[in-house]
Amino acid sequence: MSLDKATVRRIATLARIEVPDADLEATAAQLSGILSWIEQLSEVDTSNVAPMSGGIDMESISTKPRWREDKVTDGGQTEKVLANAPDPQDGGFFGVPKVVE
Amino acid sequence: MSYIIKGDTGDWEVVIGLEVHAQVISKSKLFSGAPTEFGAGPNTQVSFIDAGMPGMLPVLNGHAVEQAVRTGLGLKAKINKRSIFARKNYFYADMPQGYQISQYDMPIVGEGTIVLDMPDGTSRSVGIERLHLEQDAGKSVHDQHATKTCIDLNRSGVPLMEIVSKPDLRSPEEAGAYLKKLRSILVYLGTCDGNMEEGSMRCDANVSVRPVGSTELRTRCEIKNVNSMRFVMQAIEHEAKRHVEVWESGGAVDQETRLYDANRNETRSMRSKEFAHDYRYFPDPDLLPLEFDDAYIAKIQATLPELPDDKKARFIKDYGLSAYDAGVLVAEQENAVYFEGVAKGTDAKLANNWVSTNLFGLLNARGVSISESPISAKNLGRLVQLIADNTLSSRMAKEVFEMMAADGKDPDTIVTERGMKQITDTSAIDAAVDQIIAANPDKVAEYNSGKVQLMGWFVGQVMKATQGKANPGMCGELLKKKLG
Amino acid sequence: MTDLTSLTIAAARDQLAKKEFTALELTEAHLAAMDKAKDLNAFIVTTPEIARERAKAADARLQSGKAGALEGIPLGIKDLFCTEGVQTTAASHILEGFKPPYESTVSQKLRDAGSVMLGKLNLDEFAMGSSNMTSYFGKVKSPWKAKGRSDDLVPGGSSGGSAASVSACLAMGATGTDTGGSIRQPAAFCGIVGVKPTYGRCSRWGIVAFASSLDQAGPMTRTVRDAAIMLKVMCGHDPKDSTSAPLSVPDFEAVLKQGVKGLRIGIPKEYRPDGLNAEVAALWDQGIQWLRDAGATTIDISLPHTKSALPTYYIVAPAEASSNLARYDGVRFGQRVEGKTLDEMYAKTRAAGFGTEVKRRILIGTYVLSAGYYDAYYLKAQKVRALIARDFNEAFEKCDAILTPTAPTAAFGLNDKQDDPVAMYLNDVFTVPASLAGIPGASVPAGLNKDGLPLGLQVLTKRWDEETMFRVCQVLEDAAQFPLLKGAR
Repeated sequence: MSLDKATVRRIATLARIEVPDADLEATAAQLSGILSWIEQLSEVDTSNVAPMSGGIDMESISTKPRWREDKVTDGGQTEKVLANAPDPQDGGFFGVPKVVE
Repeated sequence: MSYIIKGDTGDWEVVIGLEVHAQVISKSKLFSGAPTEFGAGPNTQVSFIDAGMPGMLPVLNGHAVEQAVRTGLGLKAKINKRSIFARKNYFYADMPQGYQISQYDMPIVGEGTIVLDMPDGTSRSVGIERLHLEQDAGKSVHDQHATKTCIDLNRSGVPLMEIVSKPDLRSPEEAGAYLKKLRSILVYLGTCDGNMEEGSMRCDANVSVRPVGSTELRTRCEIKNVNSMRFVMQAIEHEAKRHVEVWESGGAVDQETRLYDANRNETRSMRSKEFAHDYRYFPDPDLLPLEFDDAYIAKIQATLPELPDDKKARFIKDYGLSAYDAGVLVAEQENAVYFEGVAKGTDAKLANNWVSTNLFGLLNARGVSISESPISAKNLGRLVQLIADNTLSSRMAKEVFEMMAADGKDPDTIVTERGMKQITDTSAIDAAVDQIIAANPDKVAEYNSGKVQLMGWFVGQVMKATQGKANPGMCGELLKKKLG
Repeated sequence: MTDLTSLTIAAARDQLAKKEFTALELTEAHLAAMDKAKDLNAFIVTTPEIARERAKAADARLQSGKAGALEGIPLGIKDLFCTEGVQTTAASHILEGFKPPYESTVSQKLRDAGSVMLGKLNLDEFAMGSSNMTSYFGKVKSPWKAKGRSDDLVPGGSSGGSAASVSACLAMGATGTDTGGSIRQPAAFCGIVGVKPTYGRCSRWGIVAFASSLDQAGPMTRTVRDAAIMLKVMCGHDPKDSTSAPLSVPDFEAVLKQGVKGLRIGIPKEYRPDGLNAEVAALWDQGIQWLRDAGATTIDISLPHTKSALPTYYIVAPAEASSNLARYDGVRFGQRVEGKTLDEMYAKTRAAGFGTEVKRRILIGTYVLSAGYYDAYYLKAQKVRALIARDFNEAFEKCDAILTPTAPTAAFGLNDKQDDPVAMYLNDVFTVPASLAGIPGASVPAGLNKDGLPLGLQVLTKRWDEETMFRVCQVLEDAAQFPLLKGAR
């Protein structure tokens, strides 16, 4: 698989990472290199194989669903929530550039 | 009665599917222990999980699962014993993790059905496509600051059920009836409070049109976040007309997301979303598959309340009410409960009249809900009993009703205090009738010469003589006999 | 008195109990060593005040007979674990200055057991790397040098700061995390023990996520016994992590001396490809012989999908990472680069905040999940992953443990040209399969190559059977008599 510059631009926009136009070509080449190496997987026969999701099969060790009780155990910590904010706003908000709908 | 849009080239019908986001009634969030209450100060109900802090992990709220299953059962839907939480990836300022935890190709609830009660008394089945659990986003506040948008994450992580209908709806009225019925079922189940003003129920409408008789599905537009039943109906009506105009002018409708502007009654394209979405769904590796067994479902099934359709059928059968009257009473669970409180041990049709006409009239006039009614179901039930057993005339009953509304006293106390007991003792009425006849020979003569309309005057005189306590029906009968 | 920093955790534990020295003295010795070894760049942040304060508290508990399992033991914490009030960066510029208002479950457990935090250890940015060269806060140098040479070597990665600090006796042990080999490979490069337990043994709560279905914390120590002591404290069920196993914690230390008599050790043929480094192959053979000598039988096994493990990993891990790293958007914490619009702010913040390798992996991950490619890449990889897990399941029907080399080579030069990402990825060829299968794996230092650089052997067992893994590791350690730096033992 060889990626073109337009595809790299599309992915970079989806991922919200600015890639300068001058770097598109090199990035495309590098990603293409990795993808063509990855593509050896297509040779593996996976018919009738269920995809594994997650690194565990918990069924083998526990049948009990691990759900939380519906209790309030958190919240009421606005200061801590905002403590690392780059642009906190009066009244206890996070600030971002104005969004126009 | 089908809904048709008359175009220049012919008749068009509208095809509508609705996606409803219903907030699950729960104390805490879907994946954290922060509270879900409405109206708290900014960022006061936020856990580090809801704020998407590094290393934070979601843990599923078991009650939300139960609520989703309960709702699925209420919609007579297929419950999936294994479902998967997936991440829907996109960036937005009030979406702290950069993804929404939702369900994608394996939702917790599959296909179901809702029966609509149309205003003309007919009913119609509408398919439910699916119901899935997902977390809500936070809130962007645009009017706090000149150059900034302010972010409040209190809603972030609040549990929602997304309930998707099949494209089975064919008119704005049906869409309205669907929302009303869905809301009613959710409230009966206790899984959503149905409060559209507070955003506990939000609706997106998928609208397309096609020439009458055709079975094709044309390009649809999604109208986002229409937040009242009336606006949903208006938005659909407007959007359908717009589609007809576009097709008839030789154009093509673009598949897009549109916003409804209630002030101008129009929809417009959401230009800020012009960049095509690619949500890159994949199973959330932080969560295990959501699994439960038949016994779990059966336990929930056993606790389901009687739902509107069943209640309506029972009201018709047990109380002899018309389908229309029963439908009105069961639409709101509290009304149905109130009615049954009134009708207990007395004349059900009379009870329905007093509830649907007098009580609802009073509540409307005062602008209060039935839970704030100044008259309890028990007291209104007693009043109806007093009418049914002829203790009170209906005129007296109206007076007593006004007094009950004014001070909340029970009818027996009012009747005793005011000595309002209706006279049904024939001898007491007999005496009054004899007295009136004796005192008014001229009127008696007129009556006997054929002026029968004087009967009203005679009854009035007897009532006056008894301070209004005589049973008017009995007065009439006795007068007729004696004047006879 | 011997140099306190060269003691093992087990020895220090016993001597602290006998009051032969104080926890504060032990901590001061390590702080002094850290000061002297600054040029290794093993720590991003040192926390001497916290260390002294906790050491004093440990001494008080030792006095009152309330000592925990790691009372007074000075440890380094990989800077991927969130530590309350102490900067946590994942070695990324985007998190520079971030002070978490919470403590990760694993570091909290270590703290509750009485251990002393010396500082936050350097790593590859967001744990993405095998050399510790991608850290925003600079490369880490291995304390090892090739015989007769002065050029610097990589400590491996991503837990490079952890490996270097433990190897150089700056810390008695360190936490690591392993997603595709990030504990085992640097342990091998630096001549120490590194244990990646079964996925689900240690809580991931509070650890900056790289690839959620693979990430697992584990101990890095100079001896197998120390790793057993540390792991016992680190693991256990955590209701805050849905993927943490509700299992009781075995006493790993208690089984160490049980030996391997009667155990069946599997030797997978796929781990001996043509062109395998001769010294690595020879050490592997030596390891096989040691286990036989100790009474184990060895059998040849096959793990047929081994070749597919790396490409599978390089789909699954970047895919999960692309989503996990979406939260670094300049809104709630970390660095921000302003922009006129929200999207511009995002794009500039993330372009400036992430390093080259992290960006590369986010882009790959975004691509393999995107519409039209999901089935061909991500879904395919999850299916191959299932086959890899099945290979191990079938193998463990025939054997109790598997022995392989940890890495295909010894440590390489810190300034070697690294312009081919795929060549770098090949470092993890022997460690990634176990990560994908979620099984436990450990690296034990087993010998030196002709340049005098450490080589490690990897021991794998089935899920939740760390006890057998530790028994095998102990036999290898006893046989190898590996020459630790500074004569530590």
